[in-house]
Amino acid sequence: MAGTVAMRRTAARRQPDTSATTEPTWVRTLLIVVSLIFLAIFLLLPLLAVFSQALAKGWEVYAQSLWDADALAAIRLTLLMALIVVPINTVFGVIAAWAIAKFQFVGKSLLITFIDLPYSVSPVIAGLIFVLLFGRQGWMGPWLESHDIRIIFAIPGIVLATLFVTFPFVARELIPLMQAQGTEEEEAACVLGASGLQTFWRVTLPNIKWGLLYGVILCNARTMGEFGAVSVVSGHIRGETNTMPLQIENLYHEYNITAAFAVASLMALLALVTLVFKSFLQWKTSQQLSAEELGYTGD
Amino acid sequence: MIQPGTNFLVARLAVLVAVLALGNGCSKPADNSAPSRKTETAASNPKAESGAETKTIEILNVSYDPTRELYKDFNQAFAKHWAETNNQSVTVRMSHGGSGKQARSVIDGLAADVVTLALAYDIDAVQQKSKLLPKDWQKKLPDNSAPYNSTIVFLVRKGNPKGIKDWNDLVKSGIEVVTPNPKTSGGARWNYLAAWGYALKRELGDWSKLKDPKHAADVAQAEKKAQEFVKDLFGHVQVLDTGARASTMTFVQRGIGDVLLAWENEAFLSVQELGPEKFEIIVPSVSILAEPSVAVVEKNAEKHGTRKVAESYLQYLYSAVGQAIAAKHYYRPRHTEGVPEAYLKRFPKVELFTVDEVFGGWEKAQATHFSDGGVFDQLSKR
Amino acid sequence: MQLTLKERSVLPGFGLTMGFTLLYLSLLVMIPLAGLFLKSATINWSQFWAATTDPRVVASYKLTFGASLIGATINAVFGLIVAWVLVRYSFPGKNLVDAMVDLPFAMPTAVSGIALTAIYAPNGWIGQWFAHDGWIGQWFGPNGIKIAYTPLGIIVALTFIGLPFVVRTLQPAMEDMDSEIEEAAASLGATRRQTFLKVILPTILPALLTGFALAFARALGEYGSVVFIAGNMPMKTEITPLLIVTKLEQYSYAEAAAIAVVTLMASFAVLLFINLLQWWSRRYAS
Repeated sequence: MAGTVAMRRTAARRQPDTSATTEPTWVRTLLIVVSLIFLAIFLLLPLLAVFSQALAKGWEVYAQSLWDADALAAIRLTLLMALIVVPINTVFGVIAAWAIAKFQFVGKSLLITFIDLPYSVSPVIAGLIFVLLFGRQGWMGPWLESHDIRIIFAIPGIVLATLFVTFPFVARELIPLMQAQGTEEEEAACVLGASGLQTFWRVTLPNIKWGLLYGVILCNARTMGEFGAVSVVSGHIRGETNTMPLQIENLYHEYNITAAFAVASLMALLALVTLVFKSFLQWKTSQQLSAEELGYTGD
Repeated sequence: MIQPGTNFLVARLAVLVAVLALGNGCSKPADNSAPSRKTETAASNPKAESGAETKTIEILNVSYDPTRELYKDFNQAFAKHWAETNNQSVTVRMSHGGSGKQARSVIDGLAADVVTLALAYDIDAVQQKSKLLPKDWQKKLPDNSAPYNSTIVFLVRKGNPKGIKDWNDLVKSGIEVVTPNPKTSGGARWNYLAAWGYALKRELGDWSKLKDPKHAADVAQAEKKAQEFVKDLFGHVQVLDTGARASTMTFVQRGIGDVLLAWENEAFLSVQELGPEKFEIIVPSVSILAEPSVAVVEKNAEKHGTRKVAESYLQYLYSAVGQAIAAKHYYRPRHTEGVPEAYLKRFPKVELFTVDEVFGGWEKAQATHFSDGGVFDQLSKR
Repeated sequence: MQLTLKERSVLPGFGLTMGFTLLYLSLLVMIPLAGLFLKSATINWSQFWAATTDPRVVASYKLTFGASLIGATINAVFGLIVAWVLVRYSFPGKNLVDAMVDLPFAMPTAVSGIALTAIYAPNGWIGQWFAHDGWIGQWFGPNGIKIAYTPLGIIVALTFIGLPFVVRTLQPAMEDMDSEIEEAAASLGATRRQTFLKVILPTILPALLTGFALAFARALGEYGSVVFIAGNMPMKTEITPLLIVTKLEQYSYAEAAAIAVVTLMASFAVLLFINLLQWWSRRYAS
């Protein structure tokens, strides 16, 4: 409900506002120009660098680089990672955000900080901790070896390391948002007799859906792009435990720069596609809303 | 999307359950874990494990960065050879990375059947920390278990604008040197030791004096001079990349530096791949004999039932075919018979010394020079 | 037990969701990190001290913290502007710009590192402007300004990887802001600047702080993109994560863990401080 209100607001803001609630034109222009220049230098140029290298030898070589068996295996593995990791961390994120944002309890800041921790752990360390646990010399190593269970240098290890690295994304996106929204609406729903799940589906979820979507998109991007941690636990076996980022490193080290950047450009494209998808959803919802609004005013 | 998710949620409830679910659910059959129960029979005869003679056998070769091209060719040749002699098809899976990192992966459980690393020290480390191979692994194959070797040369820009001829030219003012970091790169350790050996030779005239107690005072003096020389040399370094190939890229693509210290095979390859019209190779008066070592990781291979094929794989490196492939990829072959003359004549004559004769072996060199607080660390504290 | 420490609420599900959160957190984060601490405890105190206070390590702390702080500050300032522009204004190509913000997450860090180095090296697109004969660099002495292979390059890389944190935490907060308050402030005679400083900024400050803290924390641990552009010279451009890798190369797992523990504690302290600050500001505001 509040989400729809927010949408209406953003929709309303498209029209020129009174000078009291928006900035003079020159300020707006200045801010737009400043942010475009900043983004051009920090985002667009690296992106262009990637694509110019990828296409340096023409489209044919570009397509060939992506159709290579090892590259395809890497793409498959990366997609598999996203399919496993993103749903798990999304579910966790929503549950954790509910517990943290909707209730007052002692030690909340501490708990949030623990959830933040994986951000600040160096990717190398993120990989290392799983090697320390499950590696041959690790605490569980001998037991795992005697039972022929492989975690490190196989897919489970890559899943674990990626789960760890992307652990906070959804939760962290939702917590500030849900805190800002408060608990009145949910409380009202509960008082009126809705069950917990009903309250969540009907009241909370519509309110947080955009935040949730951002979280999922970020989580997905990072899952696919993670390099450092995965590099420690993967074992770099060609066509088998190489994810796309590792395959890129491989190709680069083979002096196959065009192919390396071709795979990299594909990853950049994947990120852009998810975001365009998000924009489309947003646009569709606002269409729906304005249609509803028209209906209401007609009443 | 939902299926793996819920699967995992349940699995999360206990590490143990998770471990099982992941282990069974996600690992590919190629994980090498399956055949272990048949260890005994399989070890004695690789064919026994499958029953069918044509079944594919797989081995995993864990190697370092610059051997990618070499093993791509060699694996094909070996597969052909093995199919002819044993009527069985063999797939060699490859893993490449920094030599030290690869050694660590094997120690931590990467199921390598053979390791082909940049220096004996890394295989020593695997031996000591994991006990997966015998202490005398280096005696199992001829030539110190190094079927091919290389040396350290200089890569300069075309026409050699700075007139670099030998090691002492590197420390002239205005020369910028590019080398990877000896702490993180096996190749860079060869660079460092090559420079050190050159300085000792310059001071003493002959390395044989090193072992002679009569010259102890001279040797101490020379070691001091060598330290100064190497310190001076690293003072000319502006970028210390973490690996050999990253350094090559810095030199070639970013245009940093006047000279790149590189493995001879790397230098040849980068000239060929990245522009013969832009770079040339300078061979110094003396350099080090770089011996990349190979070994069968015996316990792993036995467990996988691949010991025989793994051993043949490494032995085949010493055959005329293997040596020719090594030479083709700019590694100096140990045995020249059967190797095309066209390959051989590419290798310039250069006086080479070994780690053993000048530094008393890798373990000692590592402890003195590259360990924490060692000579290299002291040099970097300017 | 939890309930005594928690304020009453009519909302259900606290026990279940909190229990699940704690369980998952423990299994995936706490236990593995505890392993790290245990590993660092396998060396004695003096070895731990020596490993973590070596001058070279200390120099890397300074560099890593300094560059991360600068990077996160740049991101806080420009991230605020970018988020504002993306939420409040419309201009052609806005959706594409919005989409690009996630790029630093989606690109593998190594690729970012290589791409940034290619741009900022003395022969790169931007790097050449700053070289000794570039149109900017020529005014700065015979060597111009070097970006790649200096601390400047590290700052560039850390700014790049931290940007999405600030923008993406600010965006939902801004979208969710009540325009009625702004209108009220305006109708009470506040100028736009006053409205921004007194009404808008306090509302989005928690999100801005979160974004800053996350960008900072992420920068502290960043390895993949930095090693390509840093130059990695001891005492000068060597970051702490690289030293951890260096220790690993020598098979000194415990010492690597020791340095990791130190940086982990530091970033934990920073994050906790900012989270407490937010909690306090929220209390204060309501």
